[in-house]
Amino acid sequence: MAADKRADVLVTTDWVAKHASDAGVRVVEVDVDTSSYDQGHVPGAAGWNWTTELCDTLVRDIVPAKKLEELLGKSGIDNKTTIVLYGDNNNWFAAWAFWQLKVYGHADVRIMDGGRKKWLAEGRDLSTEKSTFPAATYKAGAPDLSLRAFLPEVQQAVAGKKAALVDVRSPQEFTGEILAPPGLPETCQRGGHIPGAKSIPWGKNCNDDGSFKSFDELKALYAEKGITGSEPVIAYCRIGERSSLTWFAMKYLLGFDNVKNYDGSWTEWGNLVGAAVEKP
Amino acid sequence: MKPEEYSRRQQELAGWAVTIETYKLGDVYHCTIANVDPGARFARADGSTKQEAEERAIEKATRYLAQTRRFDV
Repeated sequence: MAADKRADVLVTTDWVAKHASDAGVRVVEVDVDTSSYDQGHVPGAAGWNWTTELCDTLVRDIVPAKKLEELLGKSGIDNKTTIVLYGDNNNWFAAWAFWQLKVYGHADVRIMDGGRKKWLAEGRDLSTEKSTFPAATYKAGAPDLSLRAFLPEVQQAVAGKKAALVDVRSPQEFTGEILAPPGLPETCQRGGHIPGAKSIPWGKNCNDDGSFKSFDELKALYAEKGITGSEPVIAYCRIGERSSLTWFAMKYLLGFDNVKNYDGSWTEWGNLVGAAVEKP
Repeated sequence: MKPEEYSRRQQELAGWAVTIETYKLGDVYHCTIANVDPGARFARADGSTKQEAEERAIEKATRYLAQTRRFDV
């Protein structure tokens, strides 16, 4: 198992306040609620919309390489830029963007620890002006599929127990009491979880202020459920963004070598005809 | 600009625990409501007063929460 890479991938709100305008640094807000950026954002930050800019809007898939190149280019980001991501919900979709940027091989991506919640609670400056940037040229790398799990691999994991499955949804979603988080649309036909999955809700990775827990706390959290990094791990949630945050914690804060995000998640598994479901 | 009058509290709406976060930026009060577990924001509203922004957001949130079904397990 590799070491804690926290210093390489997390920055503090203080760091962002001091360095957001530095040459070679681009701060980007990515929210669950895509209107949050308009309610005030870190001055100078770009805003990305996960529903239109970080996915393929025709086929259910992550953002295509060409579309990502265009998005980064218009955000003034080239291959050497340090990208600092943050967002609401303790960085759910910031982690989603982080995961996709790593799939396409961007070298220096970081997350602002605590995200929008911590920035706001600390009373830091906000801007409502939409940021604009000089265009840059970006070249995406070939997708690194060692970071992404597709359905056949998850089915093999269930059948052969060759990988540990971590369900990061809430306990009520895990048991099937509810099909989706309260207040959000239901998008699956069956409730429950993938057989054999361990329930480790994403929120347990975080402190009350939105920042990530310490290495020792995270190590104990996962070890309690038998997840030590000694075997491959696949994380999933409902659509893949909460599990991006858990993937980030396991891969970069705990240093697990073989961790994948199953972005098909419950909206794929819970809608599959004939797929086994475990309850509670 | 700096956010003013930032507040964050938990309460129950339509049988679900939610977090209500409100702040003022310029002349506008922004209110967002998230479920406590898993913590997803699902309703928001603006207003010229804190009370107006929160009442609008709570009205939306209550409507959305009423559509969430519970199943026996």
